[in-house]
Amino acid sequence: MTKPFDYAPAPESRGLVDIAPSYGLFIDGEFVESTGEERNKTVSPSTEEVLAEYVQANAEDVDRAVKAARKAFEKWSALPGAERAKYLFRIARIIQERSRELAVLETLDNGKPIKETRDADLPLVAAHFFYYAGWADKLDHAGYGASPRPLGVAGQIIPWNFPLLMLAWKIAPALATGNTVVLKPAETTPLSALFFADICRQAGLPKGVVNIVTGDGRTGTALVQHPGINKVAFTGSTGVGRAIARELAGTDKKLTLELGGKGANIVFDDAPIDQAVEGIVNGIFFNQGQVCCAGSRLLVQESVQEEVLDSLKRRLSTLRLGDPLDKNTDIGAINSAEQLARITALVETGEAEGAERWSAPCELPSSGYWFAPTLFTNVTQAHTVARDEIFGPVLSVLTFRTPDEAVAKANNSQYGLSAGIWTEKGSRILAVASKLRAGVVWANTFNKFDPTSPFGGYKESGFGREGGRHGLEAYLDV
Amino acid sequence: MSTNTLALPDVTASDQALRRFLHGLPGVDPVGLEARAASLGTRSIKTTAKAYAIDLAISMIDLTTLEGADTPGKVRSLAAKAMRPDPTDRDTPATAAVCVYPDMVATAKETLKGSGVKVASVATAFPAGRAALDVKLADVRDAVAAGADEIDMVIDRGAFLAGKYLKVYDEIRAVKDASGSARLKVIFETGELSTYDNIRRASWLGMIAGADFIKTSTGKVAVNATPSNTLLMLEAVRDFRQQTGVQVGVKPAGGIRTTKDAIKFLVLVNETVGADWLDNHWFRFGASSLLNDLLMQRQKLATGRYSGPDYVTVD
Repeated sequence: MTKPFDYAPAPESRGLVDIAPSYGLFIDGEFVESTGEERNKTVSPSTEEVLAEYVQANAEDVDRAVKAARKAFEKWSALPGAERAKYLFRIARIIQERSRELAVLETLDNGKPIKETRDADLPLVAAHFFYYAGWADKLDHAGYGASPRPLGVAGQIIPWNFPLLMLAWKIAPALATGNTVVLKPAETTPLSALFFADICRQAGLPKGVVNIVTGDGRTGTALVQHPGINKVAFTGSTGVGRAIARELAGTDKKLTLELGGKGANIVFDDAPIDQAVEGIVNGIFFNQGQVCCAGSRLLVQESVQEEVLDSLKRRLSTLRLGDPLDKNTDIGAINSAEQLARITALVETGEAEGAERWSAPCELPSSGYWFAPTLFTNVTQAHTVARDEIFGPVLSVLTFRTPDEAVAKANNSQYGLSAGIWTEKGSRILAVASKLRAGVVWANTFNKFDPTSPFGGYKESGFGREGGRHGLEAYLDV
Repeated sequence: MSTNTLALPDVTASDQALRRFLHGLPGVDPVGLEARAASLGTRSIKTTAKAYAIDLAISMIDLTTLEGADTPGKVRSLAAKAMRPDPTDRDTPATAAVCVYPDMVATAKETLKGSGVKVASVATAFPAGRAALDVKLADVRDAVAAGADEIDMVIDRGAFLAGKYLKVYDEIRAVKDASGSARLKVIFETGELSTYDNIRRASWLGMIAGADFIKTSTGKVAVNATPSNTLLMLEAVRDFRQQTGVQVGVKPAGGIRTTKDAIKFLVLVNETVGADWLDNHWFRFGASSLLNDLLMQRQKLATGRYSGPDYVTVD
């Protein structure tokens, strides 16, 4: 008789990364202590083990960082583009060389599986620096006139879901265009930004071009309010984005916001079903669903609803949840207790409102923050789980009868970041895509990223574009 | 066989009906299919899991010699190896079968007598299949009469590509009848069908015609078994069983040479169709050089040392 094929544990070595017990701030090319006393701890979400202590930067620290960036701006912006490119290429190469170490670090601090940090995050991080390195000496040809000028000092605030990748999305175009930056990583995932500071030193980047200040929302507020910055770039929740926009109203600071989403993944009855199921899984369970452009609403044509849902449930039952450092883990930990509580509350709301819940049968580890892959059926546009961003491994399944209905339902959202279309009919892809109000529309795939492609939202998903030629505009005085 | 046709009524009533059915199957997105196969290829199979997979893979091999230069001596030596792959370790499982041309079946059968190792024979004017149906059927009967337990037939790719699906179907039915109690493996030569949509259609065509196994390729063309085409065929047998209740085996053949490759295929089986197919009654590898690599890896796991090609037998 057949035995089950049980995979033995295959953990990536934790010894690849050396985490210090305590970190300072990276200001003017040096790690320095805060003028204040307050420190925070960052924990591993899969075990709740404390990884390191770091500084809660205060307004004075932020001021020092902005001043360092301002001082560095003069020389940095005056460098020929080809010279700036050399630094960016060097950073990209160092990231590639240190990618195993950084993948382990990111997995420890964020909770996402090593499979993803190794195969998605880190390759994309390096690719982003390579891509914008290439633009640094070609800005005259970017379509913004001759010699477009940088803005000055950029204050950048990034989220915890892709800590190093979001850093790359922010820092690479800013530096390529001649700006200097003060970046604040998220309070639950500061480590990869601090390691990046070390990479800047390793690359010999001039002092003050990149400054890293750590801390919670108070540090972010101090950065946004600082009169010495010329630009704020924020990726995170719509609530905070709104507060930043209010704060900056009436100032001459430029702003780009990349906020929440409730992406619709539309599966037509002539879709390649097996690949669509993979795309649905990748759309909502990649990074435990903690992706702003996640395909968190599945819109499936009624005629194939049963077939798709059966396949989907069967597929979800094979997902391997557990130790994020294990190379065979598909689903890692939720990033924080706070996020887990939010997901849990929204799922409870879904149940209370009458949506039918199904969760993959998997055992959750006893410590750490975990949530089993879950889907809701019998969901309508009126359900909270169809409207609010859950930012977790929870899929809401809705149905439609005609392409027009699919488009109407997909667009009926306060967000507009991403959408997916699954059909073997090319003309339908073009027709539907042109009607969707979403910044990214994927056809027969989902959650595919490339530095050459602009990314950004409609409506409450924000404004401004990151990536591609379009991503330069946010850092140029145009 | 009748159960298959009962569960899928009318689809073979005419060429048009069969065409409509096969072309109504969901399409295959090549990028997505290959991405899924590649992603399963990154599974890390270590220690106890690796030991399990190696023994399972050995037990699933159809140890094959299909050369013009085959002699009774060569076939006997291969058969001996199939029964006792590693003379230094009698716990090593035997392979599933020995696969030979029809004229070598009697020799193989005699050597393997009482061992439990099956004799598979290619037939139907293998590998091109370019012969009259009568000739193909005579080839099959000859192999069965000589004692073949399994028949590996090739489909008429020319007819398939010309859209004459009913001709391909009728031929498979005829070969199935001629095979009697021998299990029938239907080879599509996926490298010649060229598109994944064609491979899915051929899989269903083979299964509704009564195939016991669907098999990727002959090993005689440029592209043989790949993780992607095998994944697609696994999806087909999974869906076919769900629809008809009939379980059909899968045999990737050609191009699988290393333990690492074989384990990737077993991962595909495990995560696509599950434990029901993790048995040599339902999954086979058509291979020859693969066995020695599996044996070397097996010795390495047992002793902690890498041996070398001189520590496994050359046949």
